Amino acid sequence: MTERSESGPAHKTLEIGMALLIGVFGLVVIFGSVKAGISWGAEGPRAGFFPFYVGATIVVASAINLWHAQRDDDGRLFAEWGQLRQVMSVVVPTAIYVGSMPFIGLYVASTVFIAWFMRWLGGYRWLTTVAVAIGMPVLTYLVFERWFLVPLPKGPFEEWLGL
Amino acid sequence: MEELANLFHGFAVALQPYNIMLMIIGITLGVIIGVLPGLGGANGVAILLPLTFSMPPTSAIIMLSCIYWGALFGGAITSILFNIPGEPWSVATTFDGYPMAQQGKPGEALTAAFTSSFVGALFAVIMITLVAPLVAGFALRFGPAEKFAVYFLAFCSFVGLSKEPPFKTIAAMMMGFALAAVGLDSITGQLRLTFGVTELLNGFDFLIAVIGLFGIGEILLTMEEGLAFRGGNASINLRVVLHTWRELPAYWMTSLRSCLIGCWMGVTPAGATPASFMSYGIAKRLARRGNNFGKGEIEGVIAPETAAHAAGTAALLPMLSLGVPGSPTAAVLLGGLLIWGLQPGPMLFVEQKEFVWGLIASMYLGNLAGLIVVLTCVPIFAAILRVPFGIIAPLILVLCAIGAYSVHNSTFDVMLMLVFGVLGYLLKKCNYPLAPLVLAIVLGDKAEESFRQSLLGSQGSLGVFFSNGLVSTIMALGLVALFWSAIQEGYSRLRTSMA
Repeated sequence: MTERSESGPAHKTLEIGMALLIGVFGLVVIFGSVKAGISWGAEGPRAGFFPFYVGATIVVASAINLWHAQRDDDGRLFAEWGQLRQVMSVVVPTAIYVGSMPFIGLYVASTVFIAWFMRWLGGYRWLTTVAVAIGMPVLTYLVFERWFLVPLPKGPFEEWLGL
Repeated sequence: MEELANLFHGFAVALQPYNIMLMIIGITLGVIIGVLPGLGGANGVAILLPLTFSMPPTSAIIMLSCIYWGALFGGAITSILFNIPGEPWSVATTFDGYPMAQQGKPGEALTAAFTSSFVGALFAVIMITLVAPLVAGFALRFGPAEKFAVYFLAFCSFVGLSKEPPFKTIAAMMMGFALAAVGLDSITGQLRLTFGVTELLNGFDFLIAVIGLFGIGEILLTMEEGLAFRGGNASINLRVVLHTWRELPAYWMTSLRSCLIGCWMGVTPAGATPASFMSYGIAKRLARRGNNFGKGEIEGVIAPETAAHAAGTAALLPMLSLGVPGSPTAAVLLGGLLIWGLQPGPMLFVEQKEFVWGLIASMYLGNLAGLIVVLTCVPIFAAILRVPFGIIAPLILVLCAIGAYSVHNSTFDVMLMLVFGVLGYLLKKCNYPLAPLVLAIVLGDKAEESFRQSLLGSQGSLGVFFSNGLVSTIMALGLVALFWSAIQEGYSRLRTSMA
């Protein structure tokens, strides 16, 4: 985890990519607005009227940002590969955590997620890991479901427990 | 003196035992949120908002606004003790606060920071008490065109005042407007921009965006940087506090100036972060010992803290009186009003007197309670920060997921939150500002509604936005704000060519 590589994607590349991505988003907005109708209808401007100009502004602003990004050439790195690996080591498990939530419920997913995070990224002893991984969902249950009466997603395990 | 009577009535509301309890809980949670990296004022309030759905609105806003005050106080603790700004607005506090702590004066630095925060907030609250009813009364006469002009001014100020490149600010802001437009069109009842996805029928909820952009995005940034703690111990005792308090009045000029900068930057939606930097910069230029700034000068702690807290508090003035929040956190509070069934804007002062004045009174009390809590509990809060990030990070991620889910009881929202998180990380790295994006999501529908209503009245002519003195003035101010950086550049060029 402490491995440091000096190379990484250039900041310029990401900057250009971001401007393009936002520009495409603007085009999607324009497309959607045209479908909803951008003209003047019986009850005034139609649904796509306002978003159309918003989309057009996004495209124009992105074009200018793209132009700026193109000219900018300071050879700055966006981040080192090692750093990006760290970021991905959070994004990927979080995606799995979030994706599994509808099926196994929030509590079980949280327990596994916290345990994974602490054990593999944090390098904690099993005892600490298990204590936090089980303690947090239990506390959550008490505070949210019991005290504030906010229901959270549950899966087969909670059903089996009869909660 | 009707306001004074209202205010006293507000104090009676805020002093109910239940509300005082919520106030203390709110402050404590807020300080914890402010101390922890990855949990900030805006997304902290957003995560806890669902807990308040069942409370009476006045109690709910008291608790949530106290979380906000707590977060404002909390940011200073980590800046001074660990050189890690817990919040963006405390970055400027690290410049002199951390050196002071290194020189064995953490108690003085913390006392100065907390006291200045309190002074800044108090100044802003007094201003709100005096000015908000007037602004609201004035705004009651606003038609759709004036309303749109106010939104226009607010968003143009972002472009002109933020330190990010103007076209990036515009791009981020317009993305917010586009996201707000998704779903059912409130005027024609027509669906738009959903592209057949049923989950998008109700559009994007800004709370999800806040939790993702600020919460998850911040965690990802922290993961990249990697945290190393080299913090000293914090101890504050009464002697140090009293000793520092005796020193502080000498800097009244700095305080006053910072209060004014803070209030100005808070009301125009520039926010607490630029206010703190600006105040620090000006103090450095004007102070007698300005050369010593950055080496542990107490004035360098007073200036940014006063301004940040004044700005954070003043941001509630336009939120209450016009329905235009001055900061992302104020935007989340405004979202709360809508959820509790209150219509933000000038009518609040007429229809919901108890709510408005209860909130204003709680600002006085909450900041006082905050000052006492942070002065007495600093060691405890500093200890929280020693809990390693490997434990804190997954817990915050889980909390974010819970918060995102409980907004609409939807797991789709949780996935959306992660998407916003990654987007927030990329946007921040590429220097796009997030605050205008969030504000645009919150205000998008209202801005569009007033825009279309104005055009409807004028049969589609844009002249309606310059049809009378009031609306023209606001629009003109907006245009000045929009082109502010260009105007400044032109002016300085003119000066150099003259010289």
